[in-house]
Amino acid sequence: MIRLEKLTQKFGDRTLLGEVDLHVATGAFHFLTGPSGAGKTTLLKLCYGELMPSSGKVSLFGNSLAQMSRDQLAETRRRIGVIHQDCRFLDHLSIVENVALPFTAAGRAVPESDLRELLVWVGLEAQAGALPPTLSGGERQRAALARAVIAAPEVVLADEPTGNVDWEMSLRILSLLIELNRMGTAVMIATHDLNLIRSAKAQVSARVLRISERRLQSAGADL
Amino acid sequence: MNRESGKKGTSRARRRDGPDVVPGSGYTSVLTGATAAAMAFLAVFALALALGAGRLADRWSDALAQSATLRLSAPAGEMATQTSAVLQILRETPGVASVRVIDADEQRALLAPWFGPEMPVERLALPRLIEIIEAGEGFDPVGLRMRLAAEAPGAVLDDHSRWRRPMVAAADRLRMLALVAVALIAGAMAAMVALAASFSLAANAQVIAVLRLVGARDAFIARAFTRRFALRALVGAGVGTALGLGALALFPAAGEGVLAGLGPRGADWLWPLTIPPFAALVAWAATRAAAFRVLRRQG
Repeated sequence: MIRLEKLTQKFGDRTLLGEVDLHVATGAFHFLTGPSGAGKTTLLKLCYGELMPSSGKVSLFGNSLAQMSRDQLAETRRRIGVIHQDCRFLDHLSIVENVALPFTAAGRAVPESDLRELLVWVGLEAQAGALPPTLSGGERQRAALARAVIAAPEVVLADEPTGNVDWEMSLRILSLLIELNRMGTAVMIATHDLNLIRSAKAQVSARVLRISERRLQSAGADL
Repeated sequence: MNRESGKKGTSRARRRDGPDVVPGSGYTSVLTGATAAAMAFLAVFALALALGAGRLADRWSDALAQSATLRLSAPAGEMATQTSAVLQILRETPGVASVRVIDADEQRALLAPWFGPEMPVERLALPRLIEIIEAGEGFDPVGLRMRLAAEAPGAVLDDHSRWRRPMVAAADRLRMLALVAVALIAGAMAAMVALAASFSLAANAQVIAVLRLVGARDAFIARAFTRRFALRALVGAGVGTALGLGALALFPAAGEGVLAGLGPRGADWLWPLTIPPFAALVAWAATRAAAFRVLRRQG
């Protein structure tokens, strides 16, 4: 679904990622780890076309990112659910309106029953009408997860989804992502939380990738 | 959770067009609305001037086009004979409805502003004036002049064209200037709205980033802004047009002062009602152009 080939990303004279190869296949579960500033967020942005690589090739669902029109890229993003650490909500809209945003942007109507079912799944049915700034960190992350999956994407990319929540909430979010993966959605989580990775590996067959010295490597057996 | 969430709906669906994804912005909202109101107010007057100038041109043209004057100079002994000959020629000329010799009383009245009412016109060697009223498309002035030159050499035909042309041209120029003013007002409003829209787009960069994240096309994002700005312009221009029409209604009626006749008449009152939708259209186009330009620049 997502394939990066010999990808290099530079910012000015600084090379953040060099000669990176990555393939996210259907139903895969990847962890992306590495120290802060290693390029985890940049790699995720390359995976959904927010950034264009300095060199190398990005293919999304078989199509080259470089050759996509702006509309094609928008259509492609609808097949990818993205969760950011800061959630990125429209603060003037309620949680339920934020969750339904992928449908709104596509000009489609979202069935109320599916929306309600999704909010129950992430445990936010009581907060449906609340505005994002009034929610806790954990609630916001779960709402971001709901928004990422409402349009049934084929892959979910999560950037530090547990960065702002306590351990108990981290496990809850992780269990939601694992459940999603079991239903066939590919998941890639960028995190520096090794305990989270260990907890996930106990439940699901996950591949752990580490960014080290601008390269992407498989992590050791200690993870 | 249903894996196919959203793909198949079994119950009531949410609004297809969804909520207003762009948050309200007081500054750009007030700026756009006030600009539209001010421009619409000015446009009402420019439009009224254009319509008034058009009416003036038509009136002058019609009034002067339907009549002509013939001036006959001849020695006193030949005046009666030549007058009779000229009247005969005029009556035979196609396009002439009627002819009338201006009598001494009327001539005295015409000269009174310069020489006073006691002018003894009978004792002066004044030319005889004949009023010609045209019928239908009027007569052929060139042909008539040629015949008069042959049969009544002292007759000079004035078909008013040398008065009519500059007056009608002046009125037409006034109308053109008023229409140019309307175009300039529309252009200025488009520029102001485009600036406000660009400011709003820049201020909402995070909103645009979120919309892109969830797969919104440029057209969807642009539409969210164009809808908002077109609506603001429509409301603002509606207020400005209402105020402008109210001011026009206070103008004196025809014949009562310098501003007489400037106000719309009859169906002319409907023309200013096109200003608010036109302003909304201008705002829509200006915002759309600005939105696509900014979105492409943002990458």
